Amino acid sequence: MKYLAQRLVRAILLFVGVSVLCFLFTELAPGSFFDEMRLNPQVSPETIAQLQAQYGLNQPLAVRYARWARSVARGDFGYSLAYNQPVAPLLWERAKNTLLLTCTATLFTWLIGLPLGIWTAAARGKLLDRFMAIVSSFLLSIPEIVIAIALLALAVRTRIVPVGGMMSLGYEDLSGLAKVRDISLHLLLPASILVLGSVAIIERHVRASVLEVLDAPCIQSARGLGIGKVRLLFRHVLPLAANPAISLFGFSLAGLLGGSLLVEVVTGWPGLGPLILDATLARDLYVVIGAVMLSALFMIGGNVVADLLLLACDPRIRAGEADAA
Amino acid sequence: MRRKAAMRLLVAALIVLHLAILLAGFIAPYDPAAQNREFAYAPPTRVRFFDASGFHWRPFVYAISADFNGVHQDRSQKYPLHFFLRGENYKVLGVITTNLHFFGVERQGRIFLFGTDAYGRDEFSRLLYGGQISLAAGLLATFITLFAAAIIGTVSGYYGKFVDESLMGSAELFLCLPWFYFLVGVRAFLPLHLSPASTFLLLISVIGLIGWARPARLIRGVVLSARNRNYVLAARGFGASNFYLLRRHVAPETFGVLLTQAALLVPQYVAAEAVLSFFGLGIAEPVPSWGNMLSTLQQYNVLVSYYWLLAPALALVITSVTYWVLADTIHHWLQSHSI
Repeated sequence: MKYLAQRLVRAILLFVGVSVLCFLFTELAPGSFFDEMRLNPQVSPETIAQLQAQYGLNQPLAVRYARWARSVARGDFGYSLAYNQPVAPLLWERAKNTLLLTCTATLFTWLIGLPLGIWTAAARGKLLDRFMAIVSSFLLSIPEIVIAIALLALAVRTRIVPVGGMMSLGYEDLSGLAKVRDISLHLLLPASILVLGSVAIIERHVRASVLEVLDAPCIQSARGLGIGKVRLLFRHVLPLAANPAISLFGFSLAGLLGGSLLVEVVTGWPGLGPLILDATLARDLYVVIGAVMLSALFMIGGNVVADLLLLACDPRIRAGEADAA
Repeated sequence: MRRKAAMRLLVAALIVLHLAILLAGFIAPYDPAAQNREFAYAPPTRVRFFDASGFHWRPFVYAISADFNGVHQDRSQKYPLHFFLRGENYKVLGVITTNLHFFGVERQGRIFLFGTDAYGRDEFSRLLYGGQISLAAGLLATFITLFAAAIIGTVSGYYGKFVDESLMGSAELFLCLPWFYFLVGVRAFLPLHLSPASTFLLLISVIGLIGWARPARLIRGVVLSARNRNYVLAARGFGASNFYLLRRHVAPETFGVLLTQAALLVPQYVAAEAVLSFFGLGIAEPVPSWGNMLSTLQQYNVLVSYYWLLAPALALVITSVTYWVLADTIHHWLQSHSI
């Protein structure tokens, strides 16, 4: 339990740190939403001062942070000046879509990357391993924006999958199952871009950690005892190799979340990506902060999930827990 | 032996890539901002050796003409390709003004090796000039990142204790923010419309300063192990100062990590600049960069109809692959040469 508590405290501290960082940016940055209003001769300086007072923008930094943090804790991310509505519902609406995309992509990345990594490690030095090394190097080196544009061009040209948005026209009239099918079809393009962009990293790391364990003395001696190849791999090697791979889970989530911004904008998926971009161009900063905070929250959440998985999978950590207790 | 040959190939590729981009003005036949409104979306001009009368040693191109259906070849008129001819003025490395171009055709003819964009600007010339911006952004941002990372990592690893904990804590903070969200987030707080030069400086500082955490952690690890080497402890025993120890014994050990990280970061940062410019948050028109050249592809009809506008994507792939192979080679070389 101690391990878990430590991890949770760490996650909370990180989140507080992120919030302070995000809030500081608002202060350090030049320019504000009111800049364009100031240029407008029809708006008097008094009006602007009054507006600033109304939104509490004339108070000291610490006070504003405390107020802001309190409302964030209540799930209120402030007020969007451009959309003229509270930020939180805007964010949740989009965050659901981003989560759907990222989780699907994470699932498929691991479903493909994990077996590939184990397979190539087991077939070390063979033709398959060398072939996969070239493929994964290539995938690793291409920038995500190129993958995104290439797949988008392919999709637009061949029309195999629907492009743009999340639902077809007339989505509302579809039956329950057809709705799911429609969304999955729209999900196909952005998810495959994300999977292509990250599967090689997972494959590489899984392969490396399995190889390391394969060479470890305990596995060598198990092999000496005459344990079969398959049993050795699945019963003895994998649990030990799981630790680095699962720690990677948090990072992979980070990569996918970061990449999802670009992919969402390119493919028109209505997630946090297009929202944060539009908000940036409109200087609607509370939306930007909210989106950044939310993405950080997802990532920290992902890391906590990784910690839990680690606890469930790695015999060494469980043993450590037993020692502590 | 094969490794050595591969390394030569790699070095040659890197030199060609950078030289072509550095000497963009010389190699590009046109000015990157020169518009030919009548030749919008002209397809790539084919360089030919054969015509109706047979083979010619000097390559040539056919004239192009435009009507309502787009840009066509006009086979009645041909222009031979000339090398080292005089054309528009440009500056070599931003200093010497000259008008000597590597290749081109007479003024009445047009040679668009990679076609033209919506304003009839030569994609090939823009690609080379855009490469200057994109690569410079990648290299300078990498320099900023590694500079910050080297200082923070060294201080953190060498002094340890409270300094170490607070620095590595903030590194973790930076690592747990999804990189692009963070990048766009920081960009959001800075002025949107600036002169190209200040946008460029702003962009490289933002990209460079956000990425310090990961290399800093790696450098800290190296410094941590170097600090406790016996010869370092011995030198300390002889009364060496902290600064001397850092400079003479500890810093050189981080060199390998810095080099590998640099080769990994450059393509990543070139891509980051491309993404920001693609979004319209980076370098603005008419100055070309690979990112803002790609941004026209956000229109589906352009994406489908004018394949030659994908050229910057190809340039990004080539740059990334060469740098990636470079990083891999450095990594292997360091491993086989380490003590």
